[in-house]
Amino acid sequence: MKIEKFYYDNQIVKMFAYATLLWGLVGMLVGLYAALQLVYPSLSGGIPYTTFGRIRPLHTNAVIFAFVGNGIFTGVYYSLQRLLKTRMWSDMLSKINFWGWQLIIVAAAITLPLGFTTSKEYAELEWPIDIAIAIVWVVFGLNMMMTIVKRRERHLYVAIWFYIATFVTVAVLHIVNSFELPISFMKSYSWYAGVQDALVQWWYGHNAVAFFLTTPYLGLMYYFIPKAANRPIYSYRLSIIHFWALIFLYIWAGPHHLLYTSLPDWAQSLGTVFSLMLIAPSWGGMLNGLLTLRGAWDKVREEPMLKFMVVAVTAYGMSTFEGPMLSIKSINAISHYTDWTIAHVHIGGLGWNGFLTFGMMYWLIPKIFRTKLYSLKLANVHFWLGTLGIVFYALPLYWAAFTQWAMWQEFSRDGFLVYPNFLETVTQILPMYLLRAVGGLLYLSGAIVMIYNLRQTVKSGNFLKDEAAEAAGLEPAYVYHGKEHWHRPLERRPVQLMVISLVVILIGGIVEMVPTFLVKSNIPTIASVKPYTPLELHGRDVYISEGCNNCHSQMVRPFRHETERYGEYSKSGEFVYDHPFLWGSKRTGPDLHRVGGKYPDSWHYNHMIEPERMAPGSIMPVYAWMAKTEIDTTTTAAKINAMRTLGVPYEDGYELVANVDVVAQQQTIVNSLNKDGIKNVAPNTEMIALIAYLQRLGTDIKLQNQTAEK
Amino acid sequence: MEALFLLIAISLVVALAFLAGFLWAVKSKQFDDDYTPSVRMLFDDETKNEPGK
Repeated sequence: MKIEKFYYDNQIVKMFAYATLLWGLVGMLVGLYAALQLVYPSLSGGIPYTTFGRIRPLHTNAVIFAFVGNGIFTGVYYSLQRLLKTRMWSDMLSKINFWGWQLIIVAAAITLPLGFTTSKEYAELEWPIDIAIAIVWVVFGLNMMMTIVKRRERHLYVAIWFYIATFVTVAVLHIVNSFELPISFMKSYSWYAGVQDALVQWWYGHNAVAFFLTTPYLGLMYYFIPKAANRPIYSYRLSIIHFWALIFLYIWAGPHHLLYTSLPDWAQSLGTVFSLMLIAPSWGGMLNGLLTLRGAWDKVREEPMLKFMVVAVTAYGMSTFEGPMLSIKSINAISHYTDWTIAHVHIGGLGWNGFLTFGMMYWLIPKIFRTKLYSLKLANVHFWLGTLGIVFYALPLYWAAFTQWAMWQEFSRDGFLVYPNFLETVTQILPMYLLRAVGGLLYLSGAIVMIYNLRQTVKSGNFLKDEAAEAAGLEPAYVYHGKEHWHRPLERRPVQLMVISLVVILIGGIVEMVPTFLVKSNIPTIASVKPYTPLELHGRDVYISEGCNNCHSQMVRPFRHETERYGEYSKSGEFVYDHPFLWGSKRTGPDLHRVGGKYPDSWHYNHMIEPERMAPGSIMPVYAWMAKTEIDTTTTAAKINAMRTLGVPYEDGYELVANVDVVAQQQTIVNSLNKDGIKNVAPNTEMIALIAYLQRLGTDIKLQNQTAEK
Repeated sequence: MEALFLLIAISLVVALAFLAGFLWAVKSKQFDDDYTPSVRMLFDDETKNEPGK
C-alpha cells in the first residue's frame, strides 16, 4: 500500500482549547458568585438578572456545556485525527462545530439571566437554542463519523468507542427530553406532565452526567494518560469490557434521582439496581487508568500533568463509589434535597472533569506549540490550589448536609419537631457555605495560575497549524466475490450501520411517542385535581422564569418529619397538569408543595418585597420588582391553547374569556391585601400572579384547615 | 406512566444499537488483538513539516 502524506488540523484544537479555558474561567467565576450569594444574599443587588435562581443555571450550563463541552471537543479533535491517522473529514464542519457551539453558549449566557428557562435542570435552554444544539451536535457527529470512514487505521482504539457512544446517546437524550410545545419565541411547555416529566428529565439528567461528563472523558483518559505517561494502558482488554459494560448499564440508572418521590416504586427499584451494578465497570475503568502508572510513579512526581490525571481518576473512583451508595434508598433519604448531592457532583466536576481537562491542557498546549511548559513550578502551585480547593469545597458541604438532615428529622420527646422553623436549619450551616466559597476561590485561583502559565507557554512557542504525518492507506478488508446478500456490504461499514441504527431508533421512538401524546385517557386523574386558573398559570410561569425550583422543592416525601413539617405527602395524581414538573432537587429553602393556604396573601407580599421582614435571617433574594413588573395577559389565550393541546381539559373557547377570570382573581387578591393594610397594589403584576399560584399549590387534595393553625 | 414505557423502549433501542455495534466489532475482529492497539497509539511518527506549513 502506498504511503500517503497528510496534515493534522491543529488550528481547530487550539481554538477549542482557548474556548475551554475562557469558559472555564467564566463558569467558575459565576459559580463563586452563586456560592457567595448563599451567604450574602444582598450580593444579588436587588435586580432580577442576578438572583440565585437565574445565576445557578448559568453556572451549571457554563461549566457543563461550555467548559467541559469545549474540553470534549478539544480532546476529541486532537486524539481522533491521530488515532485514525487522518485529518478531520471537513474543516468546514469543524469550524461550524466550533462557532455554532460558542454561539449557543453566548445565547445561554444572555437568555438565562433574562429569565428564559424551561426549568428542567441542565436542559434549561429554551426551544430555539435546543434546536441549535441538536444541529451543531449532529454536525460534530457527522464530522467524526466521516473521519472514521476515511481512516487509515483499521482498528478503532477504545477511546473512539467512547466518543461514538457519547455522540449517539447525547443526541437521543437531548431530543427526547426537549420535546416541548412553543407558545412564543423563547417560551414553551414540556410535552410531558408531572411524574412523567420528572422521569424523562432525570433519565436525561442522569445520562447527561453519564454521556457528557463521563464517557467522553473516559475516552480522553484512555488517550491522554497513556500518552502523558508514555506507556500503554494497563489492560486493553479491561478497557473494552469497561466500555461495553458501562454503556449498557448507565442508561437505566436515571430513576435514582427520584427515590421516595411519587414515581412508582418498581421504577425506583430499577434505578437503584442498575446504579449499584454500575460500580463494577466504573471501578474497572478507574483501576485501569491508575494501574497504567504502575512502575511510573517517579514520573508522577515530576510531571504535574500526571498528578492532575491521577487525582482526576481518583476523584472518578470516589464519585462512582458514592453514586451507587447514594442510590440506596436509606442513604438517598439523607442526600436528596441536602448539600450532599452538591458535594458529590463537585467531586466529579472539579476532580474528574476539571483536573482531567487541566492535565490535558498542560500536555497538549506545549505539544501543538512545539515547546516546553513555561513553568512546572506554577503547574505544581495550580495542582495544590486545585486539590485544596476540592477539599475545602466538598468537606464543608458534607458537614452541612448531615447537620441539616439531622435537624430536619429531630423530634422532641413530646413528638414535636425540634426545629419546626426551616430557616433555623439554614442559618446553622451558613458558616459551611462560606467555607465552600473559600474552596471555590482556591480552585478558581489555581485555574487563573494555569491560564497565565499556558499563556507564557504559547508566547514562547511556535504554533504548528498543520502537522505533517504519514501513513499507508487502508486496504479494503473485503474482496468482492460476486453475488452476495444485500446486507453483507452494510456489515463491513460500521459508520453507515451506526447511522442506520440511529434512524431506526428515531423512527421507533416516534412510533412509540405519537400514540402516547394523542391518547388523552392515558392521564390518570384525581377527581378533585383541577387545572390551574389562567392567573395561576401566569404565576407558575413567573415561578419558572425566576428559577424558584433551584432552591424550593415541591415534593413532600412520605416521612414523618416531612408530613409533620409540610403536610400530606405528595401524590402522583396531583401533578397531572404540571407542564413542566417543578419538583426541584435541592432544598435551600423549604418545600412548597403544601404552601397553599398556609400563610395569608399579605405574608407572601411582604416576603417577596423583603424576605427578612417575615423571616429574619432569610437568605432568599429580594423580589421587590415583582410588585411593579406587569404580566402579559395577551399571552393568556396562547397558554390555555397550548395546555389544552397537551391534554389539560380547559373547555373549548375558554381561551377567549380567560382574561376575565384573570382580572377577577387579581382583584380578589388585591382586596385581601388591602384588608391587611397593603394599599396601592397594582393588580396586573407578577407579584399578584405568583401569590395566586403559591396559594393554589397542593390545595387540591388538602383536607380543610389541616395546616391552618400552624 | 406511559413515559416510563417510552423511555424503556428508547433505552432498549439504544442498547440494541450498541449491541449491533458490539457484534460488528467482534465480527470484524476489532477485539482479536487486545495488546498491540494499546502500544500502537503511543507512536506518532515525527514527520518533518515542509517550510511554510
